[in-house]
Amino acid sequence: MDAIKISAPTDRATMKKLRAGDRVLLSGVIYTGRDAAHRRMVAALDAGEPLPVELENQIIYFVGPCPAPPGRPVGSAGPTTSYRMDSYSPRLLRDAGLLGMIGKGDRSDQVIAAMQEVDAVYFAATGGAGALIAERIKKCDTIAYSDLGPEAIFRMEVEDFPLVVAIDADGNDLYRR
Amino acid sequence: MRDMVRHIPFKAVADAVTKCCLEAATRLPSDVLAKIGDALKAETSELGRDFLRQYLENAEIAATHNLPLCQDTGFAVFFVEMGAFTVIDGGTITEAITAGTARGYELGFLRKSIVSDPIFKRVNTKDNTPPIIHLTQVPGDGLSVILAPKGGGSENMSALKMLTPAAGEQGVIDFVVDSVIRAGGNPCPPTVVGVGVGGTFEKAAFLAKKALIRQLGTHNQDPQYAELERKILEKINASHVGPQGLGGDITSFAVHVEQFPCHIASLPVAVNLNCHAARHAGFEL
Repeated sequence: MDAIKISAPTDRATMKKLRAGDRVLLSGVIYTGRDAAHRRMVAALDAGEPLPVELENQIIYFVGPCPAPPGRPVGSAGPTTSYRMDSYSPRLLRDAGLLGMIGKGDRSDQVIAAMQEVDAVYFAATGGAGALIAERIKKCDTIAYSDLGPEAIFRMEVEDFPLVVAIDADGNDLYRR
Repeated sequence: MRDMVRHIPFKAVADAVTKCCLEAATRLPSDVLAKIGDALKAETSELGRDFLRQYLENAEIAATHNLPLCQDTGFAVFFVEMGAFTVIDGGTITEAITAGTARGYELGFLRKSIVSDPIFKRVNTKDNTPPIIHLTQVPGDGLSVILAPKGGGSENMSALKMLTPAAGEQGVIDFVVDSVIRAGGNPCPPTVVGVGVGGTFEKAAFLAKKALIRQLGTHNQDPQYAELERKILEKINASHVGPQGLGGDITSFAVHVEQFPCHIASLPVAVNLNCHAARHAGFEL
């Protein structure tokens, strides 16, 4: 099965067409965020403050990369386990316009319900393949919460990042086959 | 007696630990590579084989460019056997390992993943210390160290239960299989399943962790426990959780059980999982 090439940021129509099980190669700009960054972003929304990055139509990657060795944009950078973001993701999907998430492992019913409302997709990246994924990241800059170290929000430019559609916008879930 | 004591300089220990941190993070051990190769032959899911091929490619890229196999370079967990006649000159074994760990994580551009306080501050210690050190005193004047960096994703799927003696073998099998299936794709399968049975609450957990550093392809030396390992593995792989939890025949590479005598009232069982990048490195001085 050939992989479908898509670019980020994206749009609802593109996300709506993807089916659970599709292989995808993603290129473009994505933003990272994991536990601590999600906590801060949701706190900002609660306080009525702007997010440090505009998430409308964006794809967020759950990752805390290794430091960049000399001559490379980033160190090893595979996905972290997604369920820890389950309590925050519905808020970012409904109130910030987020359209895609990249991580590993299954998601809660609440996340899947929110995804269906906004036509968002959850992609699985290959856990434990951080070096392989780092080769597909062409640029990486810290853009917010730099005090969090590896948990900061990074802006990444990726080329042919290999993904699998794990949960599609209609709620079809490859983890619950 | 004094003549029997062997002195090892603090720096020799710290330097060996630093080297170990770099090796463990970037080089997949040959027993793990062999298991991935075996799994690739046995796996019938096309997507599953795709993931297994990516693991092999990842190991090659990591070794070629000295990049960590996984961005989660883990909690540095050490198993240390120190001879009764071994002395570290210039500090304690704990201090030497801690110094070597901090240097290794800095030099190797490894991720610093440890926060100072679990509930309130959660501020990164910035050098990946403290390490976890399991120290055993052994006869002689040697020093043997094994480092098994432990990622958070697989560690979070650990489980422990104090079964009743009546639960017996079946109780152990059910608990272990259920823990692995419930973990799903979270611990990055195919996993190595470490099982500790017996002892006390904390001893069972320690044994489960220790079971993970056993060479893949080896079995428990007690035939009954070796058979138990085989039974549990068969049940786990019949679940079809598969590589990355997205379906397939190979959910775990191996089940390693370690047992210990236990109280007449108890049957503790602990499960600790290692991801497919089952990293470890060691040295002897």
